[in-house]
Amino acid sequence: MFSEELQKYDWNTVTAEIACKTKADVMRALSARYPDIEDFKALISPAAEPFLEEMAAMSRSKTMRRFGKTISMYIPMYLTNACTNSCVYCGFNRHNQFPRVVLKPEEIESECKAVKELAPFENLLIVTGEHPKLAGVDYLSEAIALCRKHFQNISMEIMPLDEASYARLAKEGLNGVVCFQETYHRENYKIYHPAGMKSNFEWRVNGFDRMGAAGLHKIGLGILIGLEDWRTDITMLAIHLQYLKSKYWRTRYSVNFPRLRPSKSGFQPNSIMDDRRLAQAIFALRIFDEDVDISLSTREKPHFRDNMLSLGVSSMSAGSKTDPGGYATYPQALEQFEVSDDRTPREVAEAIRAKDYEPVWKDWDRALD
Amino acid sequence: MNKELEIGGRKFGSRLFLGTGKFSSDELMAKAIEASGTEMVTVAMKRVDMEREDDSMLEHILRPGIQLLPNTSGVRDAKEAVFAARMAREAFGTDFIKLEIHPEPRHLLADGYETLIATEELAKLGFKVLPYIQADPVLCRRLEEAGAAAVMPLAAPIGSNRGLVTREMLEIIISQSKLPVVIDAGIGAPSHAAEAMEMGADAVLVNTAIAVAGDPVKMAEAFNMAVIAGREAYEAGLPAAITHAAAASSPLTSFLD
Repeated sequence: MFSEELQKYDWNTVTAEIACKTKADVMRALSARYPDIEDFKALISPAAEPFLEEMAAMSRSKTMRRFGKTISMYIPMYLTNACTNSCVYCGFNRHNQFPRVVLKPEEIESECKAVKELAPFENLLIVTGEHPKLAGVDYLSEAIALCRKHFQNISMEIMPLDEASYARLAKEGLNGVVCFQETYHRENYKIYHPAGMKSNFEWRVNGFDRMGAAGLHKIGLGILIGLEDWRTDITMLAIHLQYLKSKYWRTRYSVNFPRLRPSKSGFQPNSIMDDRRLAQAIFALRIFDEDVDISLSTREKPHFRDNMLSLGVSSMSAGSKTDPGGYATYPQALEQFEVSDDRTPREVAEAIRAKDYEPVWKDWDRALD
Repeated sequence: MNKELEIGGRKFGSRLFLGTGKFSSDELMAKAIEASGTEMVTVAMKRVDMEREDDSMLEHILRPGIQLLPNTSGVRDAKEAVFAARMAREAFGTDFIKLEIHPEPRHLLADGYETLIATEELAKLGFKVLPYIQADPVLCRRLEEAGAAAVMPLAAPIGSNRGLVTREMLEIIISQSKLPVVIDAGIGAPSHAAEAMEMGADAVLVNTAIAVAGDPVKMAEAFNMAVIAGREAYEAGLPAAITHAAAASSPLTSFLD
């Protein structure tokens, strides 16, 4: 399990190692055929900042080699904002007083139809809060059956499950699972996630092993930028990715590191990452890993997304509503966070085409599940 | 004129096959297909909406004289591959199938074991199987026995554009094979394609090098010319390379004089 592997990496030591990287380390990393984790530390370090242009070019060519001039399109669908956790930065925190919604089957159905009206999406990301009673495995299973009628590829961003539940949902047509570790800082994790199942760091961080063992096609990792030192956290993410890839080598992986956005929680980010640094992190990760799917969500601004789509990103969401029922049922409900790119999916697709890239709606077939 | 190539009972005037992923638009892909002169185009079934007749990608590929070669990209083992192939046959109405079983996403290298099992089964079901494989001469023989229609060994990892990295093994495969040998993956420049054809390959399959070129249509034309040139050179009979230019100062055979 990864929690044991993670013991080998002391947070402060890794942070110091990144800070000590030199220009020579960066140049070595840029010429490595198969960059290792030390190379990654160099690429994410301050020493790499003067090399941003070289990194962008390398990131672009590696991405093009694997993904060509295409961007895979997906859209999230929130099924519930009911949550038993109290993450200090999240709008769905159980202490926030607002009406909780759990979409009923007929509502899920109309959400699916409304999404299909927006654009020919085939990749659907189902998102829920963590509420095993109101939105447990049986509920998720029903949702998969409903959504699979409308979409070729179903992923879920949900509470961590046990291996048998992942295997069950995979068998029922769940293609991928996305889970945000939020931060790999074991001690401080508890400050941000004080209660509920999510307060259990081990259960969450080992969830990825359970997904791998259950044979899911795709596993998505993520951290939330703005909690701990982002260079160290993204390095830990890269270590985790490397660990999973060698253990569950048939699985495809995706990564996502959104920056903390304002929400009803009022929590302010501890560390700020500007666009330059986010670009650096994306380039570093792409250079480190040629085939991982790097996703850029509507949390980022149009200008940034449009310019990054040819420099390392391989998938994008568009038209996202981050509240349950947001597409058709309850257009006014509370969002999990504010989106920064509120263009319609068709407008985003147009922007992608304007960059001479093809927005790809379908890149999976349910027959392959 | 090049001699015609025959695979699975169908004759092909062009020895250049095209992949269709990675293009910046369907329109550009269609133009590149046309410019390449190809008669066989592979498409990932996962990219096509098989339930819709007006699928844009398919619309831009289907042309008279072009053989559609659906591929099973995305499957992880023989069982999934056979299932996917049957789906593809039903949806596209062709027995041709490019069998791709590459369960590791890193280098997209083929699982030879699963590929052999699937080839055997699909051949029994009447498919014309073109398996994508490592440049493994022994596996090629086994695939021949299993009923493959052609073999598609790689030149280098997919998308790597590194050229004939597996040259030694490809030469053995070409010298032994009773089936057409289509060099697939890793061909990054027209010169690589020409080299493969000069070596005696029956055809090459190219995707990335054309799709992500500055001008994909022009690059498709360039590949077409390179493949024709390479084949003509092969048929013309290349003169042997002179490996030892300098004669030894005291010849080794002077004692025979």
